[in-house]
Amino acid sequence: MSRRKLPLEESGGRAPLLEVDGLVMRYDTEAGEVSAVENVSFTLNRGEAMGLVGESGCGKTSVALSLLRLAPENARYQSGSVQWEGVDLLELSEKQMREYRWAEISMVFQGAMNAWNPVYRVGVQIREAMDQHFDPPLGSSETDQRIDQLFRLVGLDPAVQNRYPHELSGGMRQRAVIAMALSCDPKLIIADEPTTALDVIVQAQILEELKEIQQDLGLSILYISHDMAVIAQVTDTIGVMYAGKLVEFGSTREVFRRPRHPYSYLLLSSIPSVTGPRRRPMSLEGTPPNLLAPPAGCRFHPRCPWATEQCRREEPPMMPIGPSQWAACWNHEQVPQMGEQLP
Amino acid sequence: MSLVRVEGLRRLFPVSAGLFRRSTGFVHAVDDLDFEIAAGESLGLVGESGCGKTTTGRMLVGLESPDEGSIVLSQADGSQMDVVNLRADQRTAFRRQVQMIFQDPYESINPRRTVYETIAEPLLIHGIGDLGAREEQIREMLGKVGLAPPESFMFRYPHELSGGQRQRVAIARALILQPRLVVADEPTSMLDVSIRISIMELMSRLAREMGVSYLYITHDLAVARYMCDRIAVMYLGKVVEIGETEQLLANPLHPYTRALLSAVPVPDPALPPPQVQIKGGIGKAVNPAPECRFVDRCPQAADVCHATPHPPLEDKGGGRLVSCHLVDRLPV
Repeated sequence: MSRRKLPLEESGGRAPLLEVDGLVMRYDTEAGEVSAVENVSFTLNRGEAMGLVGESGCGKTSVALSLLRLAPENARYQSGSVQWEGVDLLELSEKQMREYRWAEISMVFQGAMNAWNPVYRVGVQIREAMDQHFDPPLGSSETDQRIDQLFRLVGLDPAVQNRYPHELSGGMRQRAVIAMALSCDPKLIIADEPTTALDVIVQAQILEELKEIQQDLGLSILYISHDMAVIAQVTDTIGVMYAGKLVEFGSTREVFRRPRHPYSYLLLSSIPSVTGPRRRPMSLEGTPPNLLAPPAGCRFHPRCPWATEQCRREEPPMMPIGPSQWAACWNHEQVPQMGEQLP
Repeated sequence: MSLVRVEGLRRLFPVSAGLFRRSTGFVHAVDDLDFEIAAGESLGLVGESGCGKTTTGRMLVGLESPDEGSIVLSQADGSQMDVVNLRADQRTAFRRQVQMIFQDPYESINPRRTVYETIAEPLLIHGIGDLGAREEQIREMLGKVGLAPPESFMFRYPHELSGGQRQRVAIARALILQPRLVVADEPTSMLDVSIRISIMELMSRLAREMGVSYLYITHDLAVARYMCDRIAVMYLGKVVEIGETEQLLANPLHPYTRALLSAVPVPDPALPPPQVQIKGGIGKAVNPAPECRFVDRCPQAADVCHATPHPPLEDKGGGRLVSCHLVDRLPV
């Protein structure tokens, strides 16, 4: 499969930072082989925020873990590459890979409590990460200064670093996790459901801060979320995943304005909104397929209202729809405008 | 006609500290709450975590006893049932009329019971029907909640069901006794977006068909918009604003309602991101000072808000009640 990246002029002349090409990752289980990531390709440019959305089990976290090579033991990379500034991360030894984690790519996990060791003060834990990954190591006073700076950057009082994780509220903990993710000056942060466990007000504050930090530092962020509304607010590009496949990819504005994969369309139509006229959200019938034995042809065809004979037989490749939009659907022209009702 | 009337409801939890766990004060989890739910109406209880919405719901179903206040349930025959001081002979009748649906269908259903046993239990406890009649009723209920054909679900265990299917079982269990009030505590927040809508639709349809009233507890105003006729916004144990859903969302009056509404992410990348007016997160109302509960986070706070006790709910017409000293002086 050929590489599909946004043309440079469309992305404001930004250079690609991460290019995932034809990634196939499967989990070996007792019941058989689970096809968790199937031929996924996308490009993330420097300084850009991308969102990966889909239902639980669609493979979005598996993609993220693959980028860091942190997938569980039973994961097998069958083919494809993860190019990071010209280096294929999948080819590296575990020792080489360690130099990329935190220093180049860091991660903010879902559920900030689990990211902390409960018996150490948060500052100590951030210092440990920095001691491990800075080469050459920073001096002690430099490290102190940097931690103070990081805490201010994420909107926390530097004194918070002397507290234990349980002494922080959910929002403070998540902010401290972001400080830790920034500590080694990475180029990319993978944020897996960074605000899912938080209240809306705190969520809005943290998303706003993340966006500011991203722009100020020229960071790239890969957001992983099931919440389309959050993704709409913080990303430049979006990838929609279904049953291990990337079914649509493109600029966030284009995809939200005119989704061209039926799944993206239905997903967008199923969000209740507090603004605008009271529109009945659509329900997406059925459940995602069993990835031990995914359906032939298009993996979405059993739930798709536009499915034809071709969809049952032939798997659609990613097709260019516009200058910055791709969709894997034989009938992408039939997908209605947002707001139109189903036939 | 009101089905439930709540007046002056209060629930305090002791906070203890030190070596001997001496009580150092009380969290005012629910503090002087008044509201009514009409027959067939769905009232949304909305607020951040820790605002007391779940505690309120638990008191309504009798899982928690209030320290003060009254909850009165109107009976079909016109008499009033005092829910806080139930007589022993009223308990069965009360529980038949008021049921609960919990947030997490992975924890609210006994993993060692089949779907049939789970839904049959309320019928057995209340001694309804014989074996054949019960089975008939359960089949019908399973069909209603969309677990069809019933035979293929009745003898399954929860681990053989998806999250959405489990929540359907929990709904079937709550509705099998044909209750008049169901307290639903975040029934869709654990579910995937795609399943969420079908569960919401199912709950509204069944409420219409069976004439059930809901107290619908949620942190998500968008969900409340589709599920509720009226919304009550809670902040630290107090209802700060209550009103008809569309009117309240179109024209929120209380500064907290405004902040909450402005923070909801809008699924449209063309719109600017929300500008949240208030700082910080929700705290805990431990021994609250006699001032407005929201004063520390309120962008409009004035001297009067510090100097006087928490303002009572004031009737602004059209069924809207707001508790804010400055309600008439706020920017529109």
